[in-house]
Amino acid sequence: MASLTMYPDDERLAGGTRTAFNLYIITAVALFVLMMLVGLTMRMAQAKWLDVPPDLFYELLSMHGAGMVGTMALVTTAVMWFFLRKYVRLHLWAFVANYVLFLLGALCIIVSIFVGGYGALWTFLYPLPVHGVGMWTGDWSALFLVGYLLIGVGSLLFYLDAAAAIIKVHGNLGRALGLQWLFGGTIDQNHPKAVVASTMVIIANSLGILAGAVVLVMSLINIFYPQVVLNALVAKNLIYWFGHMYINATIYMGVIAVYELLPRYTGKPYPISRPFLWSWAVSTVFVVIVFPHHLLMDFAQPRWLAIVGQVVSWGAGFPVFLVTAYGALTNIYHSNIRWTMPSRLMILSMFGWAAGIVPAILDGTIRINSVMHNTQWVPGHFHFYILLGVLAMALALMFHEIGSRANAPPNSGTDRLGFPVYLVGGLIFVFGFLDGGRVSVPRRMAEHLQAWTFTDKIGSVGAILVVLAMLYFAIRIIVGLLKPPSPSPGVAGVGTTNAAG
Amino acid sequence: MILQNVVWTLALVGMGLVALGFIHVIIQAGKPADEDATRKSTHTAHMLQAWLFVVLFVGFVAGSWATLRHFPIPPQNGTLDAQQVVAVVGRQWSWQITPATVKAGSVVEFRVTSDDVNHGFALYAPDGLIVAQTQAMPGYTNKLLHTFKQPGTYTVQCLEYCGLGHAPMKTTLEVVAANGE
Repeated sequence: MASLTMYPDDERLAGGTRTAFNLYIITAVALFVLMMLVGLTMRMAQAKWLDVPPDLFYELLSMHGAGMVGTMALVTTAVMWFFLRKYVRLHLWAFVANYVLFLLGALCIIVSIFVGGYGALWTFLYPLPVHGVGMWTGDWSALFLVGYLLIGVGSLLFYLDAAAAIIKVHGNLGRALGLQWLFGGTIDQNHPKAVVASTMVIIANSLGILAGAVVLVMSLINIFYPQVVLNALVAKNLIYWFGHMYINATIYMGVIAVYELLPRYTGKPYPISRPFLWSWAVSTVFVVIVFPHHLLMDFAQPRWLAIVGQVVSWGAGFPVFLVTAYGALTNIYHSNIRWTMPSRLMILSMFGWAAGIVPAILDGTIRINSVMHNTQWVPGHFHFYILLGVLAMALALMFHEIGSRANAPPNSGTDRLGFPVYLVGGLIFVFGFLDGGRVSVPRRMAEHLQAWTFTDKIGSVGAILVVLAMLYFAIRIIVGLLKPPSPSPGVAGVGTTNAAG
Repeated sequence: MILQNVVWTLALVGMGLVALGFIHVIIQAGKPADEDATRKSTHTAHMLQAWLFVVLFVGFVAGSWATLRHFPIPPQNGTLDAQQVVAVVGRQWSWQITPATVKAGSVVEFRVTSDDVNHGFALYAPDGLIVAQTQAMPGYTNKLLHTFKQPGTYTVQCLEYCGLGHAPMKTTLEVVAANGE
């Protein structure tokens, strides 16, 4: 069971681990601010408040998509590493190798976009990378794809190290998931939720990354040997298997922060249970096979795959609503919660995930997808659970960690102002997109009709608030992380156990 | 009934219920209960969780049956026997639609493909809302059935990003009344 000690000794960062963690987090928050500014620029261009030429717009869109997905993966990997290392022996070299490969991959992506003019978006949908029609050439697409390969290799290295470490302690991945307790037996209350979640991510995301590697290599071959023609439908399936899995894994890595930290702030134990194990076992399967919901409008797709896409999209709501969000709410209910930045962000993250999945499930319905697919409804729902869900999970850990440096959870007056700005701005921003979907505004489009600009303007206002809040968070976190660690949280007497604040 | 408005209402109700649940719990947080009350609330929480599961499961089964019973995508192999057939080819960055005029009131079969990259064939009604769509994929022909209820000028807009000319990739489709007017 997760500890109720606010800053346990086995989480303390020192030496190389501290440097590595700081590098991850400082890089991530800096990139988040930059990528948010890119996003704001595009929303303001759609609102006709800024003049951005279409070629630049699609370069920015490619940068924003790849940048945000990659950074979200980077920061949630840090979340997983931070907690998992308490239960199994992770090698620092694997964690650092992932970071270095991420930077190299990011460099390839940035150069391909801003030097080569690559604009086939983060989805590199075959055969668009070789159809730049004057905007980019296949060589620059190849550099972009190599960037992805480097980042994928980094992720796989980290997962392989984590898998080996988990197997060493728990025997095999099935036991780490807790499958032995699904149908009976006494659940070991010391079995860490962080291990269960990490195991699920390792299994599912490794499969997704391998699918991505296949289509990346196939696309590279096509670029250099155009006579090797790919099947567009197969390529699209592989791309969305990889893409959906990769971004979804960030939620399942990020939520480890909630499992670990929430009980410390509520003062209530957050025990592992059979429904919890069932939800993670089911999610392991669902998250791997749900991707066909991205291809519901590809009518050539076998019918059974479309049905799987809808049914599994709906089914994916069960673990989220009934176990994760519900479990968190039960832990908060009548608790002695300390309302500080980490606890606020954790509650927000649960809300963002649970509420954001509602429009996502609706869009996963074939009949509804026929009028919502590729409209702004889609960025509406994924920004909902990524901006207000996953990022909030990661920010919760960051604020918690800077609290450990000061021996008290952060809760300054500026924090208390920054949080509602982020929340309100985020809600305005995502509802701008969702309303755009309601009125059939297409996504991924540089030039908008005048009739569509109302929701663009609303979205831009929300985005400005989010950027301001994130800028503050980034500065606060960077300054906090660079402070020298406190001598010992236990000695200070503050925060060794939960206390109402 | 406009489908987009139904979806919007369902989304607001669903997200609203989630928000109410969170607000209720947040109001109660920070008010720790004694041991007896905690035991009771834990029991209530488990009961509520079970009921919530039942409600969601019934909704899941009923909703799946209702939305998949008449499968929304027509069979792609074989003929569809539609009274009107329109061939659609997308290419960077234009549409070739033959014929470009159809009649309202009877089913139209769109045979949609692409000459180069993936495009999205979306039909926008004169009121600016999407009424149907499918993907235009190289190497495949997607068959879409749609019956236009109202005559008018419909817009065909590319909905799958396809490069620099994606936004202007649109054309019109004239839908005339069943009597040809």
